[in-house]
Amino acid sequence: MKMLRKAILAAACTAGLAIAAPPAVAQTTLRVVMHSDLKILDPIWTTAYIVRNHGYMIYDTLLAQDEKGAIKLQMVEKYETAPDNKSYTFTLRDGLLWHDGQPVTSEDCIASIKRWAVKDSLGQKMMTFVDSIAAVDARTFTIKLKEPTGLVLLGLSKPSSNVPFMMPKRVADTDPNKQIEDFTGSGPFVFVKDEWKPGDKTVYVKFGKYKPRAEPASGLAGGKVVKVDRVEWRAISDAQQTVNALSKGEIDFVEAPSHDLLPTLKKDPNVTVFVSPLAKNQYVFRPNTLHKPFDNPKIRHALWYAFNQEDFLMATIGDENYIKPCKALFICDTPLASTKGTDGLLTSNAKKAQELLKEAGYDGTPVLLMHSTDLKVLTNLAPVAKSLMEKAGFKVDMQSMDWQTLVARRAKKDPPSAGGWNAFLTSWVAADVMNPISTAYVNAGCDKASFGWPCDEKLEKLRDDFARETDPAKQKAIAEAVQLRVIEYTPEIPVGEWVAPVAMRKNVKGYLTSPVPVLWNVEITN
Amino acid sequence: MYGYLFRRLLGTIPVMLVVAVFIFLMLRLTPSDPAAIIAGDNATTEQVAQIRGQLGLNRPMIEQFFIWSGNVLSGDFGESFFFKKTVAALIGERIEPTLSLALFTILIAVLVAVPLGVLAAHRHGSWIDRIVMGFSVLGFSVPVFVVGYLLIYLFAIWLNWLPVQGYQRIAEGVGGWMQRLILPSLTLSVIYIALIARMTRTSVLEVLSEDYIRTARAKGQNERVVLFRHALRNAAVPIVTVIGLGVALLIGGVVVTESVFTIPGLGRLTVDAVLARDYPTIQAVILLFSFVYVMINLAVDMLYTLLDPRIRY
Repeated sequence: MKMLRKAILAAACTAGLAIAAPPAVAQTTLRVVMHSDLKILDPIWTTAYIVRNHGYMIYDTLLAQDEKGAIKLQMVEKYETAPDNKSYTFTLRDGLLWHDGQPVTSEDCIASIKRWAVKDSLGQKMMTFVDSIAAVDARTFTIKLKEPTGLVLLGLSKPSSNVPFMMPKRVADTDPNKQIEDFTGSGPFVFVKDEWKPGDKTVYVKFGKYKPRAEPASGLAGGKVVKVDRVEWRAISDAQQTVNALSKGEIDFVEAPSHDLLPTLKKDPNVTVFVSPLAKNQYVFRPNTLHKPFDNPKIRHALWYAFNQEDFLMATIGDENYIKPCKALFICDTPLASTKGTDGLLTSNAKKAQELLKEAGYDGTPVLLMHSTDLKVLTNLAPVAKSLMEKAGFKVDMQSMDWQTLVARRAKKDPPSAGGWNAFLTSWVAADVMNPISTAYVNAGCDKASFGWPCDEKLEKLRDDFARETDPAKQKAIAEAVQLRVIEYTPEIPVGEWVAPVAMRKNVKGYLTSPVPVLWNVEITN
Repeated sequence: MYGYLFRRLLGTIPVMLVVAVFIFLMLRLTPSDPAAIIAGDNATTEQVAQIRGQLGLNRPMIEQFFIWSGNVLSGDFGESFFFKKTVAALIGERIEPTLSLALFTILIAVLVAVPLGVLAAHRHGSWIDRIVMGFSVLGFSVPVFVVGYLLIYLFAIWLNWLPVQGYQRIAEGVGGWMQRLILPSLTLSVIYIALIARMTRTSVLEVLSEDYIRTARAKGQNERVVLFRHALRNAAVPIVTVIGLGVALLIGGVVVTESVFTIPGLGRLTVDAVLARDYPTIQAVILLFSFVYVMINLAVDMLYTLLDPRIRY
């Protein structure tokens, strides 16, 4: 009995102490569902957008674009351009640290730039102008050029895949064709590898020694102030369940809620649907220039008259609030946007298209159109294209497959009868297609070009001219010339722009207007 | 019996070999390319080819097969193309949620379905029988994901009793573990309740017309004893067969259920691996599932001898 009494007393004392103890400081955890699960961790090795987003969590960039697309300093304190525009000298900010506590040095940045430039198309182009990159001291390095180019600043501030993220030299020295295995960055969050469980969750914690810039955050630039202790990317693959979990408060933020579920979310008083004007995407039609009938540019050109953007956009997104018909090749409302040469195009003028096909000598060869069926934002594109092309006089053999099969098949150069293809449709994040160099489908470098392999000297010369130009006004003029040549030669056709809203609980504040979803500046209020 | 067991175990070797060849060929012959998926949208043909080389996918198919099967025989299932982890480690991480879900589901199914089936047989032709059989038809007909969404709406959103999704490991607390398993297990158990209840009813109904049941009743035995000791025990062989088949069929069910409820188990791993064309993971998981299937069949056959002493191997 005595023992029991003692035990009860001890339990009561413990409980009392527990109550009297000061409350532990609550950890704020932002629970997020991104557009896909994170499986690969090297943002230079792959161009997958989810890996790019992971990169923005843990790495930093030398330069960055703000919400207006202007290039701003990020890790760099200042840079100087030589009077002849043939060298750039960059000085790093003082006090920048890697997650392991070591200082960020020029050598780290040089190795990172070199690794990025091997993989990235803009980086590759930039390096054709680079004579040398050398460290001046621990915080300063110089890029010397063979001839002036505007690509250095454009490349180092590139917002989307592959982003020139800075890594420690020991990591950046990894063969670019092998994945890195050390995930030390200098960005605002630290990746917690032990808690990374693909198919379940990815965990980041705040990097306490990160030194944000003093300027307010804007786009991908400015002060990257982290306002939560921990971020968890939860891998919920079911669109309906993502919405259910957000409504119930089991998660705080959804990067890409399905468009058809947005009306449900908008009715939820605890949820905000936010449309970032920079989170644009562009649908494109990509012909394969290697095989009949699209080996003939005149036949490809007829497509500009066969298509109209509204049909594509309404069939896929279906809500006027999230679509924007835009004939500009380099994304409407951005510095290089232009409608030059687009009069009368993309209006579904079937009669004109038929005339052009007749003039071009189209012999009725069927177009093997690949139709991806499993990604909701792409599924209805091919059926619309088929219908519009048939009205214009094309014969279309639409073959349905899942996106990954399409991805594998589009890499094949074989004729359609031997497992190849003639055309497919896809969607680009706007940040990837805002200039003639980073826009992959404008590359007309034959075997070096992306799937579809367009081969056009005029277009390549214009891209080179753009790369050499440093004056923004002249760059815009060249971009317009590129657009005119694209219309004539037709390596791709933009078939409309759309935005992907994000959804978050009402108590989540500070989400930035940015072309890429970033989670610094985001806070959870009471 | 031991001789039979040994022969059956030996028999699993050619079965697994056929499965291994079949999976390997099926993956290689379908039009897909993990390298193109890994490389991403901005990749060039050259980059895709480089990755293909690193993964060993440019080697002749027969060479790839012998490398893989040799490694498997030495217990090495390879490294996932995507996760930079060994497949064995991935499976190790995912096995607990799937086992938990499967055990919970079978437990619910057996505890609900067997009494329901016995009751339906006992009240043959009554409204209870009709309701049980009606539920059974419904349970078969409604797809798992529809049942899942309906239960989520009812218990998680409307009544707010249970979480919508997710899994908590048992080491992090039994309460949370059970709380998160209730909805997915209920969802998955519906079809098995239907299957087992229907089979129990039929078997018990057949046994109830036997002479020994009439004798037991004539002796004045309690009806509950007649039903559960005499009738159910003698009807057990087909019921156990169905339960065994049910466990094997669960493999298909967990794939859908784990995806709907965001449970990081083997089913979800299978879906992710298939979507990403992660050959080493798909091959290992399917081999594992096939092995489990074969072993369950063997266990059921062995159980027959316990349930019915007349059965000898």
